[in-house]
Amino acid sequence: MFAYLVKRIFQAAAVMFVISIISFAIQDNLGDPLRELVGQSVSEEVRNELREEMGLNDSFFVQYTRFAKKAITGDLGTSYFFKEPALTVILKKLPATLELVLGASIIIIGLSIPLGVYTAIRPKAVLSKAIMGLSIVGISIPVFLTAILMIYFFAVEMRLLPSYGRGDVVEVFGYWKTNFATWDGFKHIIMPSIALASIMLPLFIRLIRSEMMETLQSDYVRYAWAKGIKAKRIWFLHALKNTMLPVITVGGVQIGTMVAYTILTETVFQWPGMGFMFLEAVNRVDTPLIVAYLIIVGFIFVVTNTLVDLLYGLVNPTVKLARMGA
Amino acid sequence: MSTDTLSRWARFKSSNLVHDFIHNKVAMVSFLIFAAFVIATVFAPLIAPFDPYDPLQINIMNSELPPSWQDGADPQFVLGTDDQGRDLWSAILYGTRISLIIGICAVALQAFLGITIGLLAGYVGGRTDSILMRIADIQLSFSTLMVAIIVLAVTKALFGTQSFNEYALFMLVLVIGIAEWPQYARTVRATVLAEKKKEYVDAAKVLGFGPIRIMLRHILPNSVSPIFVISTVQVANAIISEASLSFLGLGMPVSQPSLGSLIASGQDYIFSGSWWITAIPGFFLVLLVLVINLLGDWLRDVLNPKLYKG
Repeated sequence: MFAYLVKRIFQAAAVMFVISIISFAIQDNLGDPLRELVGQSVSEEVRNELREEMGLNDSFFVQYTRFAKKAITGDLGTSYFFKEPALTVILKKLPATLELVLGASIIIIGLSIPLGVYTAIRPKAVLSKAIMGLSIVGISIPVFLTAILMIYFFAVEMRLLPSYGRGDVVEVFGYWKTNFATWDGFKHIIMPSIALASIMLPLFIRLIRSEMMETLQSDYVRYAWAKGIKAKRIWFLHALKNTMLPVITVGGVQIGTMVAYTILTETVFQWPGMGFMFLEAVNRVDTPLIVAYLIIVGFIFVVTNTLVDLLYGLVNPTVKLARMGA
Repeated sequence: MSTDTLSRWARFKSSNLVHDFIHNKVAMVSFLIFAAFVIATVFAPLIAPFDPYDPLQINIMNSELPPSWQDGADPQFVLGTDDQGRDLWSAILYGTRISLIIGICAVALQAFLGITIGLLAGYVGGRTDSILMRIADIQLSFSTLMVAIIVLAVTKALFGTQSFNEYALFMLVLVIGIAEWPQYARTVRATVLAEKKKEYVDAAKVLGFGPIRIMLRHILPNSVSPIFVISTVQVANAIISEASLSFLGLGMPVSQPSLGSLIASGQDYIFSGSWWITAIPGFFLVLLVLVINLLGDWLRDVLNPKLYKG
């Protein structure tokens, strides 16, 4: 296990290193930091002096080392647009995105497990067929279209729910602004959460269904039937436990997909989170903010993936053996 | 009559695939709709009443006209017009064409890269194999859409909107195509590992065939059905990815819209009640992706390939 741990952490560090190199290369080529600082009215000599002073004429390697050292201490540069440290800007936007992901996760977990289990134990039922049919339709509707159509029906036509923004947020712990404290805030998060959940929910229902059906075929479940254990106990205790293992890994891998879909969802609902900020930063060519986003998202992504892998290795001994050998 | 006297067509006709297809209504309807899509987009210039790329045929005075079954419509625009006064039906035909071209080309690129790498990793084995599969693992853990958004956003910022728009189609194919090769590589590699120990491969070696011939002619045909199943799902995914990227403004420009950019251009007009600019292209997009997904599901059930599970 220890060797596997070291190997996995080494791999995570390597991926992070590649991300930082790419981010730095972007920073190096995108926009001119000097022009952002002094504008265009300064003469060529003064420019060259400043360039030398800021170390912009150093070699790629020297500049990268400086960039990496700063990045490790949390200094990711200052946003051109917000005139604030890029890290601060992102950390301010982070709660909005995390709450959106939380809302979507509640919907996904709350619905996919019961629906997936039901379709697995009653595969011939009409309701199961309806669920499976709807799930393939759900996979085929892009998340932004779900979002727009929801806005059209629930905000424009019926005027039930607000169409954009976060609404009334309440500050908790001095820093975190939450949507879950007031009715208005809650109303604002309903549609974005459903939109974000809509693309992942069918995938999870189908995954849980196929894993559960496979588990129900296994010998130990047959043995449990033969032993006369009650159906509910077999389904929800014995079978479900082994069904959830592969689901956890797939869930972990979906973090990256979730990041992409938060960008889409936040854009449609003008949700003031990290994804919306990233697209705005791209349109404004706000290089430090783009780079900071890449590094932060890359970091969150690599850490969660590594943790999920390690957890999986801990929980499931058969996989551990197979992977440690590889 | 023995089997080898039958023609290829006759063998195909009596196969399981065709038998099941004729008895499966969902598969038949899906295939018919998909075929209609392909024919309509191939002949788009003949079918479309207007040329959406020709600025001379676009009149801003005609903008936001509703579809013909609603009040205030102009009968020459069957599905209404978009915000710039383009005929929506023509724009959808050309847009579906772009979406399909990008989807199919991107998947062809994925398949080419994935099959090559998978064959190589499985056949050569050893260190090459473990390095290639490690890269595949890492690549697969990054979601395609996430990588595509970041790559295209940065490229757009680097080269400016003008030159980005010129190469948008090419960039989309490249980004979606490169991001998903591991899907194919894993499946092909698994087949190669299972097959290369078998006697017929030894026999081919003894006959003096080179490794490339053995890989392509002898081993690869064994993974045709999983490749087929993966490809259908991948085309559907690629079309959704393309639409999402175009929707974010990181894909096809408004002057040459795909279905995604059409939906995006209508987004602002939904509040003024012009739902058709978004909803009608949206409907065609969902229908196209849905029939491909249904066909993929059906193929998976019929061919029942042992897909590589990670």
